[in-house]
Amino acid sequence: MEYQEEDFLLLSGIQHFVFCKRQWALIHIEQQWQENLRTVEGGILHEKTHDNTIKEKRGDLIISRSMRIFSRTLGITGTCDVVEFHKSRDGVTLYGREGRYKPVPVEYKRGKPKQGNADVLQLCAQAMCLEEMLLCDTTEGYLYYGDPKHRLKVLLDEEIREQVKAICQEMHELYDRRYTPKVKPTKSCKACSLSELCLPKLCKNPSALAYMKKTISEIEVDK
Amino acid sequence: MRKLLNTLYVTSPNTYLSLDGENIVILKDEAEALRVPLHNLEGIIAFGYTGASPALMGACAMRNIALSFMKTSGKFLGRVVGEVKGNVTLRKTQYRLSEDEGESHKIAKSFILGKIYNARWVVERATRDHGARLDVDKLKGVCQTLANALKLVEKSQDLEQLRGFEGEAAAQYFRVLDDLILQQKDDFYFNSRNKRPPLDNVNAMLSFVYTLLAHDTAAALETVGLDPYVGFLHRDRPGRISLALDLMEELRAVYADRFVISLINKREVNDGGFTRMENGAVIMDDDTRKAILKAWQSRKQDEIRHPFLQEKMEWGLVPYAQAMLLARFIRGDLDGYPAFMWK
Ligand code: SF4
Repeated sequence: MEYQEEDFLLLSGIQHFVFCKRQWALIHIEQQWQENLRTVEGGILHEKTHDNTIKEKRGDLIISRSMRIFSRTLGITGTCDVVEFHKSRDGVTLYGREGRYKPVPVEYKRGKPKQGNADVLQLCAQAMCLEEMLLCDTTEGYLYYGDPKHRLKVLLDEEIREQVKAICQEMHELYDRRYTPKVKPTKSCKACSLSELCLPKLCKNPSALAYMKKTISEIEVDK
Repeated sequence: MRKLLNTLYVTSPNTYLSLDGENIVILKDEAEALRVPLHNLEGIIAFGYTGASPALMGACAMRNIALSFMKTSGKFLGRVVGEVKGNVTLRKTQYRLSEDEGESHKIAKSFILGKIYNARWVVERATRDHGARLDVDKLKGVCQTLANALKLVEKSQDLEQLRGFEGEAAAQYFRVLDDLILQQKDDFYFNSRNKRPPLDNVNAMLSFVYTLLAHDTAAALETVGLDPYVGFLHRDRPGRISLALDLMEELRAVYADRFVISLINKREVNDGGFTRMENGAVIMDDDTRKAILKAWQSRKQDEIRHPFLQEKMEWGLVPYAQAMLLARFIRGDLDGYPAFMWK
């Protein structure tokens, strides 16, 4: 199946989705947060061709920054921080370049490696976009963490690819129904930047009607 | 909870609000009178013949700062609204519910239950605090009537019935509001509610404070993505912020009325600050308005515990919390809208 451009979702949403589906829905469906999400998204969707201003070349390596990417089969769009093109015989030809190259996405993260595999999934989704756009294979990518500075090689195996596909499909299902999953408080909530909007505490007091009934019925008691 | 930021009240007439970088600059006779960084502000309310630059309006719209213009009397004139926040789905659901009499009735019921509950609390609280100076039997009687009204409201079948019970409960409550005024009784008395124009000092203050509250509830609704103009209890009328008025119902007694009464009882206002026109209309002078705004601002900073969320927050955030709960109900996270019922 292929998605239309206007139905593309933001690739960066994968990390929200993995963190908490409700958080993703609040940001991406309800647009409750991120002042500029819509502007960014709009900009990406309306840019018909991706921006591949190649800035650096070091020997057999071409480094391209902020490359716009998308995948029609996953129905996502986003930006790669950095795509390295390694000269390689089993690579593909690039527009305006001699020789064959293999793309390797590199994603920069400011902090420490996170628990869970959100970063890996995001990187893998980027690689899958690149494959689809360049009609090539990717086998690996890198996650670069700022704290401490180090680069982590990530192998993009079948298992992780399946996960990316499943997540994208589920994101589209929720998006089509404009459905925001109900609160399920988890330990993520503590670290969630959206908790004040989400109100995970509502769970402690799940029934508004019961709260009102009880409050009113207590009037008699204190007389 | 969200942080409560300041609201800037501009009361001197003949000022001009302009933008300089990240600051709002208030010009008086073309000289800079005040400069405040925008990032500290949540709202700006300008009274009287104040001008504002389009650049400032744009900056407020972008930063979600509610900018309202009022007459010096406190009558609301208009406000600057930025790009609509939130998703259309939420608003569409709001519109659908508001067109459905049955659903509107259910939500309106919560507003009114909250309103009467809080009105009763205000009266009850007075009998406890100042029992020795009050006609306690009379007040207890009203408390009982209001408790009964709650039962009737719960059982009400439609909006019309609901409005009927609400009207009677309000009349009962206003009947004793005057009893709660314990100081300066010669100058501050309350017989009935009048607003166009207010005919006594108390009504003038109430009108003014209600406008402040309406500004806050409208801004809160806007922030959570609801349309403040489309209500459930108050039906649409062009230019009326019906939902903001709905949401205000439950806060009137406990937030606004009690505030006005305490200003009088603490002698923070006095008769000298009011002018009576030939036709009986009462107008507040600038200093009185300033005193009220100052007290209002500090009142907003008092901490309370939200009865439903069970969370500490400032009074000033209550309209926001309620707006959020309303949005939560509309998008289906809650089985009803939990009114703010003060304990
Ligand atoms: S507060 Fe918890 S449930 Fe709500 S969005 Fe954040 S992580 Fe998800």
